[in-house]
Amino acid sequence: MEILIILLPLALLLGATFIGAFIWSARQGQYDDLETPRFRMLLEEKNINRSSTPREDRK
Amino acid sequence: MSSTHTSPPTANRRLETFSYDDQIVKSFVIATVLWGAVAILLGVVIAFQLAEWRLNFGVPWLTFGRLRPLHTNAAIFAFCGNAIFAGIYYSHQRLCKARLFSDLLSRIHFWGWQVIIVLAAVTLPFGITTGKEYAELEWPIDLLITTIWVVFAVNFFGTLVRRRERHIYVAIWFYIATIVTVAVLHIVNSMELPVTLLKSYSLYSGVQDALVQWWYGHNAVAFFLTTPFLGLMYYFIPKAANRPVYWYRLSIIHFWSLVFIYIWAGPHHLLYTTLPEWAQTLGMVFSIALWMPSWGGMINGLMTLRGVWDKVRTEPGLRFMATSLTFYGMATFEGPLLSIKSVNAIAHFTDWIPGHVHSGTIGWNYMMIAGVLFYLVPKLWNSELYSKKLANLQFWFATIGLVFYIVSMWVAGITQSLMWRAMDDAGRLIYPNFIETVVKIVPMYWVRAIGGTLVLVSFFLMIYNLYMTAKRGKKRGVEVYESYALDDSSLEPGASSHRKLEGLPMVFSVLSVVAILVGSAIEIVPSLMAKNYIVKMDVVRPYTPLELYGRDIYIREGCYTCHSQTVRPMTHEVLRYGKPSEAAEFVYDHPFQWGSKRTGPDLARAGGKYPHMWHYKHFYDPRAVTAGSIMPRYTWLFDNKIDYSTLSKKLAVMKKLGVPYATEEITNAVAIAQAQAAEISKELVENGVPAKIEQMEVVALISYMQRLGVDYGQLPETPVELPSTEVK
Repeated sequence: MEILIILLPLALLLGATFIGAFIWSARQGQYDDLETPRFRMLLEEKNINRSSTPREDRK
Repeated sequence: MSSTHTSPPTANRRLETFSYDDQIVKSFVIATVLWGAVAILLGVVIAFQLAEWRLNFGVPWLTFGRLRPLHTNAAIFAFCGNAIFAGIYYSHQRLCKARLFSDLLSRIHFWGWQVIIVLAAVTLPFGITTGKEYAELEWPIDLLITTIWVVFAVNFFGTLVRRRERHIYVAIWFYIATIVTVAVLHIVNSMELPVTLLKSYSLYSGVQDALVQWWYGHNAVAFFLTTPFLGLMYYFIPKAANRPVYWYRLSIIHFWSLVFIYIWAGPHHLLYTTLPEWAQTLGMVFSIALWMPSWGGMINGLMTLRGVWDKVRTEPGLRFMATSLTFYGMATFEGPLLSIKSVNAIAHFTDWIPGHVHSGTIGWNYMMIAGVLFYLVPKLWNSELYSKKLANLQFWFATIGLVFYIVSMWVAGITQSLMWRAMDDAGRLIYPNFIETVVKIVPMYWVRAIGGTLVLVSFFLMIYNLYMTAKRGKKRGVEVYESYALDDSSLEPGASSHRKLEGLPMVFSVLSVVAILVGSAIEIVPSLMAKNYIVKMDVVRPYTPLELYGRDIYIREGCYTCHSQTVRPMTHEVLRYGKPSEAAEFVYDHPFQWGSKRTGPDLARAGGKYPHMWHYKHFYDPRAVTAGSIMPRYTWLFDNKIDYSTLSKKLAVMKKLGVPYATEEITNAVAIAQAQAAEISKELVENGVPAKIEQMEVVALISYMQRLGVDYGQLPETPVELPSTEVK
C-alpha cells in the first residue's frame, strides 16, 4: 500500500490548503458580517448605458 | 445601486465602469443543451441494450461496453461540465462585480472544452480507453483537460483578484473548491505511461490503482457534480426566488465541513475488497459524517423558499430547483446508507448503485441545470419564458421518468442480490447459475429504459422551450455598470494593503498545490516502481505476451462495465466464484479491472473454469452456451487479426512500471505470443474451427480469460459441467 505515500500527504495537503484558505478568509474579515451578504447579492445593478435598452424597457 | 459596499464611498475610491461578458455564458448554455441531449440519448440507448441484447446490432462501436463510458463521460463532463461553466461565469462576474479576467481565455476555455468532448466522442466508441471508470480518456486528452482546466482556473482567479466586492460570497467558495480539487484529482488519477499515441498503462496497479481510482471517482462526484452545483444553488435559488439565503452562517459551515469531509469518503467504493480494513472503515465513517453537511445544505436551500412557496407552483425554474434539492437530500441520505458495510454487502455490484447515481445526476444535476437555464436564458436573450405549460410538462416527464428509473433499480438490485446469496439448508446456492438472477430482473431493465425515455422526452421539451424563448428575445446593446474599486478604506485594520494582493493567497495556494504535486510525483514515482515495493509472491506471475494482448482487448471492449474481478469474502461468493481475492494477485494489473457492477458474473476466478471451446462459442454468441444471456455478441473478434506490432513495446512499458519481464521475453514477445495462440487454436481446431483462428483476436482474449485467477485461486478438483442451457 505504498500508494498511501502519495494519497495521504495529498489528502492532508488539500486539507491544509483549505485550512489555509479558511484562516485567510477569517482573518480578512470575510465572516465578520454574515447578514448583509445574503441581501447584497440580490441587488441588481443599474445599467448606465441608456442607449443599450429600447425606450419601452427602461425603468 | 451603484455602490454596494457596507462602508460609505470616500473620495479616494475610484468609480469604475464595466460590462459583463455574457456572450461566453450564452455559448456554454448552448453547449450544455446540445451535449445534454447527446448524453441522455446515449443513456437511453444503453438502457435498452441491457433490456434487449439485439440492440447492440453487432457493431463494435455501438456495443454497450463502449457506449457506456461515452454516456458517463458525456453526462458528467459535457452536459454538467458546460452547465457548470455557464453558471459559474454568469454568477462569478456578478458576485465579483467584474468582467471575466480575459475574453481570450474564456474563448480558449470554451473551444478547448468542446474539442475535448469531441475527442472523447471519437475515441471511446472505438475502444480507445484507459479502462478506468469516469477517467477513460487516453493520455493526450488527459493532458488537454489539464491545460484547459488551468485556463479556467487562471480566468476564474484573475476575475476574483479584480473583484469590486470585498466579501467573497459563499457560492464562490464552492467554485474555488471545485477548481482546486478537480485539478489535483485529475492529475493524480491520470498518471499513466504511454505505449503509443492512443494507448497507455496506469502508473499504479491492482489495489493501489483501485484506491486512486475511487479516491478520484468518488471525488469526481463530490467536486464535479456536487460542490459546483451547490455554488450554483446558493446563487440561483435566491436570485430566482428573490429571497435571501435562509441562513448565511449555515452556508459557510456547510461549505467548510463538506470540503473537509468529502475527500476521505472514496474507499466506500471498495468495501470487502482487498483494500486494508482500516481504509475501508475510514471511508465508511466519513461517508456517514457527510450526511450532516449535505442535509444542512439542502435545508438551507429549501428554507430559502420560505414565504415564496407559491412561486414554486407558478415559476418552472424554481420548481425545478426545489425538486432538485429534494432529490439531493434523497441521494445524500441514500449514499451514507449504502456506505455502511452491511448495507453495502447487499447493494454493491447491483443495479441499486446506478439507481442511486441517477437520483443524483437526473434528480439533482439535471433538475438544477433546468432551473438555472430557465433563469438564465430569458435574462441572456432579453426575453420571457416561451411556455410555462411546456415547462410543467417537462417537469412531470422528468420526475415520473426518474421515479421509474430509481424504483425499478431498487427492485432489480435487491432482488438480484437476494438471489445471489440465497442458500438452502444444506448450504448450497439456490441459484447457482448466474443467468437465473439476470433473467429475473430483465423486466426491470425495460422499466428503467422507459423511465429514461421519459427523461429524454422532457429534455427535448426543454430544448424547444428554451429555443423559442431565445428566438423571441429582443436585441439590446451592451449593458454597462459602475462600481467603486476596492481600496484601503474598506479594509479591516491590519489586513493587506493593496487590493491586488488580496486574491494572491488563493493563486499562491493553487500554484503551490500544483508545485507540490509535481515535486511529490518526481520523488515518489521512482520508489513506486522499484522492485522491492512489489509484493513478492512467487505463485503470481506476470501475464504472458498473448494474455497481455487479450487483456487490452478486455479493456477496449469495456468488459469491466458489466463484469467485476474481485471475489468478496462472503460465503455465497466463495461458493459461486471461489477463493476470496488477495491483494497480491493484482500486482501486475495496470490498470486494475475490478469493475463496479455485476451485470454478468464476477470473472476473478474465471480461468480454467470452462474449456477454450466454451469461450469461443460464448464470444461468438453468448446464447449458444447460456440461454437467456443478455451479453452482446463479439463477432468482430473472429475477424480482427491480432496486431503484434506494438506487443514488445507494451511489455517494455510494463517492465518500466515494475512488471518483471525478462529482456529476452520482451524481444521475443511476438514469437512467444504466436506459440501460445497456436496452442490454444489446436484445441479449437480439433473441435472443427478453421485453422486461421490462430491469428484472430478472440484467441488472445481466451488466453486472458483462462489466466484469470489461476495463479492463486484454487482450481476446482472436478471438471465443471457446462451450465444448463435451460432456465427455470
